[in-house]
Amino acid sequence: MKSVILQTATRLLFPLLLIFSLFLFFRGHNEPGGGFIGGLVGASAFVLFAIAFGTEVTRKLLRMDPRVMVGWGLLFALISGIMSMMAGDSFFTGQWVFFTLFGSELYVGSPLIFDIGVYLVVVGFTLAVIFALEEEDN
Amino acid sequence: MTILFSVLLIFAVAFFGPMAAKYFKTYSGWALAVVPFAVFVWFAGFIPVISDGNVINESYVWVSFLGVNMSFYLDGLSLMFALIVTGVGTFIMIYGGGYLASDPNIGRFYFSVLLFMGSMLGVVLADNIISLFIFWELTSISSYLLIGYKHDKEDSRKSALQALLVTGSGGLAMLAGFILLSIMTGTMEISEMFSESGIVSEHPWYLGMLILVLLGAFTKSAQFPFHFWLPGAMAAPTPVSAYLHSATMVKAGVYLLARLSPVIGGTIEWTYIVTLFGAVTMLIGAWLALAHTDLKKVLAYSTVMALGTLTMLLGMGHEYAVQAVAVFILGHSLYKGALFMVAGTVDHEAGTRDIRFISGLRKTMPLTATFGCIAALSMAGFAPMLGFIGKELVYEAALSASIFPLFLITAAVLANVAVVASSAIVAIRPFFGEYKEHEKHVHEAPLSMWIGPAFLSVLSIVFGILPFLIDGSIITKAAASIAGTPELVVSLSLWHGINTALILSVLTFASGVGVYLVWNKFRDTKGFQGYDRWMGEGPKNGYENILAGILSFAAVQTRFFQNGYLRYYLLTLLSFFVLLVGFTLFSQTNVSLLIDLTGIHFYEWTIAIVIVAAAFAAVMAGSGLVAIAALGVAGYSISLLYVLFSAPDLAITQVLVETLTVILVALVLIHIPKFTATTSTSSKVRDGIIAASVGTIVTLIVLAVLAVDFDPFMTDYFAENSYTVAYGRNIVNVILVDFRALDTFGEIVVIGVAGVGVYGLIKLGKSLFRKEEGKTV
Repeated sequence: MKSVILQTATRLLFPLLLIFSLFLFFRGHNEPGGGFIGGLVGASAFVLFAIAFGTEVTRKLLRMDPRVMVGWGLLFALISGIMSMMAGDSFFTGQWVFFTLFGSELYVGSPLIFDIGVYLVVVGFTLAVIFALEEEDN
Repeated sequence: MTILFSVLLIFAVAFFGPMAAKYFKTYSGWALAVVPFAVFVWFAGFIPVISDGNVINESYVWVSFLGVNMSFYLDGLSLMFALIVTGVGTFIMIYGGGYLASDPNIGRFYFSVLLFMGSMLGVVLADNIISLFIFWELTSISSYLLIGYKHDKEDSRKSALQALLVTGSGGLAMLAGFILLSIMTGTMEISEMFSESGIVSEHPWYLGMLILVLLGAFTKSAQFPFHFWLPGAMAAPTPVSAYLHSATMVKAGVYLLARLSPVIGGTIEWTYIVTLFGAVTMLIGAWLALAHTDLKKVLAYSTVMALGTLTMLLGMGHEYAVQAVAVFILGHSLYKGALFMVAGTVDHEAGTRDIRFISGLRKTMPLTATFGCIAALSMAGFAPMLGFIGKELVYEAALSASIFPLFLITAAVLANVAVVASSAIVAIRPFFGEYKEHEKHVHEAPLSMWIGPAFLSVLSIVFGILPFLIDGSIITKAAASIAGTPELVVSLSLWHGINTALILSVLTFASGVGVYLVWNKFRDTKGFQGYDRWMGEGPKNGYENILAGILSFAAVQTRFFQNGYLRYYLLTLLSFFVLLVGFTLFSQTNVSLLIDLTGIHFYEWTIAIVIVAAAFAAVMAGSGLVAIAALGVAGYSISLLYVLFSAPDLAITQVLVETLTVILVALVLIHIPKFTATTSTSSKVRDGIIAASVGTIVTLIVLAVLAVDFDPFMTDYFAENSYTVAYGRNIVNVILVDFRALDTFGEIVVIGVAGVGVYGLIKLGKSLFRKEEGKTV
């Protein structure tokens, strides 16, 4: 299915969706959003791309097999838990680092790594299933 | 060095086994034997300390809130076993290196044997019963790996699984018994249980606990009717049989009984059950050995006899009996370890171990023949071997038993007659008589393969002639540990004067030789093979029937529930949901149908009407695409409701999931036949009833929830701590990634696994479909 309208719209929407997905992901800690929602938007971006241009091009664009992405996601989440254990706390206790950058207080913690894991698992799962189903049609 | 270190050291070296095999090549067995030998020497250093009546305790906190510690207890009994495990283990490493020299998988053998050695050391040293259980199961697992070493043979795999299932299920029963025991005594440390034996034997749970623990010990130590796994385990390479299935692992059950006998022993129940099971096993096992011509099978059944003897003695529990246990364990490990290695050497050099096809090897294999004969003499209980002292003590013990002394001494004599005959079979048949042509050109085994039998068999003589080397130290203390009386003193000697035991010994020997002489005649008679079929194969067939029954039940049950039709899966799930949740709902709560409809805004009404209309549209739709679109409308409307009730996270998630679901289902629908074609009116009615009940139940649950006063405790807790503790203002997300991160982790693991499953179904389904297509064309 090649639709010029869809393809043109996708060219515009795809980056916007990806940026929106990252935006949702990072604001998740304080405002509505987070790894799960961000991941779903990210996956939608690639699904839209796949509908417009086909899965072959999309797989190249993604660079990584979505199944492998699920594995990386689980690994990230696990690492964030192991970090807590290395610090002597119980599994998945948040570990935080505070620092000042250009005069503003910032903090980064292991829950961010955990959320990256969630994000990757959601994107990987959705794309693995949808790509497989789409390729089934051809 | 600590006890923990000695166990961990062997585990650690196990992982270097494959590397050592590559690096040291033919010397790898010698190289790896250094480790168990070092541990042996270290433990031997404790002999004076333990002989002075000390015990050594070592404890590390493990899971403190469950009372599970990694704790060790070294006394006479555990020291004797530790020395056997590491001492025999040393020779097994050397022997295995020679026996499997040409095997490319020898690294795997080293790994599994060392894994076993560490676990077995853990079993005999552990003080905490949960630690003991874990080591116990590890020995079962390593035994499984070793029996199945030749994994390309079906027989090996089957025997390995059989041994694992029998000992593993016994182990689970034992765990339940241990938990009962720890509740009864209020401790998980065996050393602390010794003072609680009074409470234990008076406790109403005593018999139940005893049976569970005995199941563990009897399965592991191959007591009748669980004895069948041990001859099966002979599928393992011979070094494994010599080590696990005669010298050490099968004695774990005996060890457990000995260890716990001061705590749970000495009662009437104990005496009857343990003594009689032991005696029956002893008698049956001894004579089963004579029904076989495979050297290893003969030795395996005589091991069953030895284990039965030990169990019987532990059941009696009096002073002679505990001495006999200590001596017999040591004596048996020495001569049986040696004999198995000799049998392996014969097999290795002659290409067969069936005694019908080997004879006259003494000229070509003089060393192996000598050590084999010495060990066999000890097994036959011939003076001046350690085996003789052991057998005398067994007779003494049986004569002074508190129950059925006449039966027990008769059984012991009859069993030993068969043992004398089997000793003659394994010593005379392969080595004496006319030299026969064999499959392979026979020559003497290399040093690595006779040094083990040499040491073990010579020790049988040395300890027999000079019993003072061991009786004051190891044997006394081991017997004292079993009896639970530290003051017990053992003094062994070859000559006790002419007494009943000696007369019985002479009688046994003469009858044993007689049985050997007519063995060729009665071995293949119908009656004797029938005995083997009933007592040897019978329990095994029973096991196989039970296993087949479980499998066929599983198959029936799986075919019923996993029928492959999505609609029936949904039907099952939803029906159970309605039944179970409905039952709980109506039995536990007062369902109120009072709905307060005041204060609902008109736009909320509108959304509600849209949802209901969309649901009806989905049901009435003529095509899947229309139905899924209608469901999408319902889903988006629900997310609007979330927005109205200020749950933005939920709303966003709902919109996104709804979008992706529509895409997913649209992709799936293409492959599904139009549902109008497959649905009959009756099934529509059935589905309608179930759907309506699910809806009703869910509505009632929501109403029931609303009727309960809302407890703001959790909400307040998260609102308060979300920013101060976890530095995030979005409570929902902070709960997901921080407070309840473990739950989320579980969920993403489920997503990952589901992804693999779905992917597999899509891809596999496709290839299956193609295959079927190919067939029809």
